[in-house]
Amino acid sequence: MAVGLDNLYKEVILDHYRNPRNRAGLSEVDRHADGNNPLCGDKVAVDLALDGDIVSQIAITGQGCSISQASASLMSEAIKGKSFEEIARLRQLFTTMMTSEEPIVDPDRPGAVLGEIEALAGVKAFPVRIKCASLPWATLDVAISGAADRVTTD
Amino acid sequence: MDVRKDFPILAGNDLAFLDSAASSQKPEMVIQAMDAMLRSGYANVHRGAYRLSAEATDAYEAARAKVARFIGAASPAEVIFTRGTTTSMNMLAAKWGGDRLVAGDNVVLSVMEHHANLVPWQFLKGVELRFTRLTADFALDLDSLAELVDERTRIVSITGMSNVLGTITPVHRIREIADRVGATVIVDGAQLVPHLPVDVGDLGADFLAFSAHKMLGPTGIGVLWGRPALLEEMEPFEGGGEMIDEVGLYESTWAPVPHKFEAGTPPIVEAIGLGAAVDYLTNLGMDSVRKHDVELTGYALERLASVPAVTVYGPTDLEIRGGTISFTLADIHPHDLSTILDENGVAVRAGHHCARPLMDHLGIPATARASFSVYSSVDEVDRLIDGLAVAAELFDIGN
Repeated sequence: MAVGLDNLYKEVILDHYRNPRNRAGLSEVDRHADGNNPLCGDKVAVDLALDGDIVSQIAITGQGCSISQASASLMSEAIKGKSFEEIARLRQLFTTMMTSEEPIVDPDRPGAVLGEIEALAGVKAFPVRIKCASLPWATLDVAISGAADRVTTD
Repeated sequence: MDVRKDFPILAGNDLAFLDSAASSQKPEMVIQAMDAMLRSGYANVHRGAYRLSAEATDAYEAARAKVARFIGAASPAEVIFTRGTTTSMNMLAAKWGGDRLVAGDNVVLSVMEHHANLVPWQFLKGVELRFTRLTADFALDLDSLAELVDERTRIVSITGMSNVLGTITPVHRIREIADRVGATVIVDGAQLVPHLPVDVGDLGADFLAFSAHKMLGPTGIGVLWGRPALLEEMEPFEGGGEMIDEVGLYESTWAPVPHKFEAGTPPIVEAIGLGAAVDYLTNLGMDSVRKHDVELTGYALERLASVPAVTVYGPTDLEIRGGTISFTLADIHPHDLSTILDENGVAVRAGHHCARPLMDHLGIPATARASFSVYSSVDEVDRLIDGLAVAAELFDIGN
């Protein structure tokens, strides 16, 4: 079997795909955005409850491939309780992980840079799938900025 | 069917290419015909009085005649070259639909239509769209069709063969039901024409649309066939050069059919390529093409049935299905399946296959789809099955 596939479909990814976190709806929603990948049909919607500039609660809905849904689940865990500024920093690290030639993940210290999200590092070897992993983050951007409520990644 | 040697891309590649329903590969014969036209036969058509242009025009019109013979049309004039099935359907929706239908009329489609036979009809304001359902075995439900067709039904437009389910529809029966109210029958033949013998004299359709690139020909050209009287009645879709007779500053008259529907410089080289593709298929014989599809589809369905947790969406009866097989494997999303198969040298399509409403109807977000053409082989099906085993292992299925 190709090595890349083992790096892509890690246990963490399958776990978050099959048992996605933060799926319960919020009683009060301050920000909302729908993300859609029309080419492949992936969907992710983000609801946020805010306490000032802190994301106090997050709820995810949507359906799609394991990469998009696991990425949404991982993201939801990583950003809960974080400020917009901290989230922007995570967002930047995630983008770098997906696009940079230089690996940002330290193999000797797994999880030190981006926690469990590092399980998505293997996606970089599959360029057509990067947009799956990025969809939840692009949707989160829009929810936080409050600019629009629909996102498409293509 | 021992034709793989005719397809250069297959000789130079060990990929199991199982996405011919999206677009087929091209035989040497098509590549050479287009190459020769560009190298020694090319000029614009229906314009120049010089010899090269006259010869190009003859070659272009000869391609039309080949297509006419291939589908059993009585005259080449019944064959309009378009950009493809999508353009043919847009032309029909606008000019046979939009020009003639009034608010309260309805158009009957089916739930398994490709977006090309759905979205153009949505452009018609005030016209109701109705959707024929499917039977439990994924056949077109004729009872449902009969219930939907009423005195306000002006058009019944249905695929000849589903690009997702492989379902072949009974056009004769559709015709009988449409005839009760005098509705026009349009067949989206994008998948039908490449895979089954089609004789428009006997098909039961008033219009038939198809694309060259799914039948071993090039992209950028397709066909709209229509009954002569209807083509006479239908107004032009685009205005410009070639489609005119007399042109004044404020009004013009149209060239005769088919040229009144071919504004602007047509896809000349592509027409030559389509003509060569038709020659190639004619040499094989469409009965043989159909036989190959049935045998390979039967084999593939049998092997898929042996894989635990595979669900096939499409008829089990080989008589009413073609070589396009949609399936899922347990809870693995088709995009993941496609990536895993690709890593194992198998190309399949994953997604909604431009038939989003069908996915909703089936209650699933997407399927993986393996589809065959004349060059598809038992070996490729075996490699698909091997790839599914890899996917099942990666996703801990069946353990």
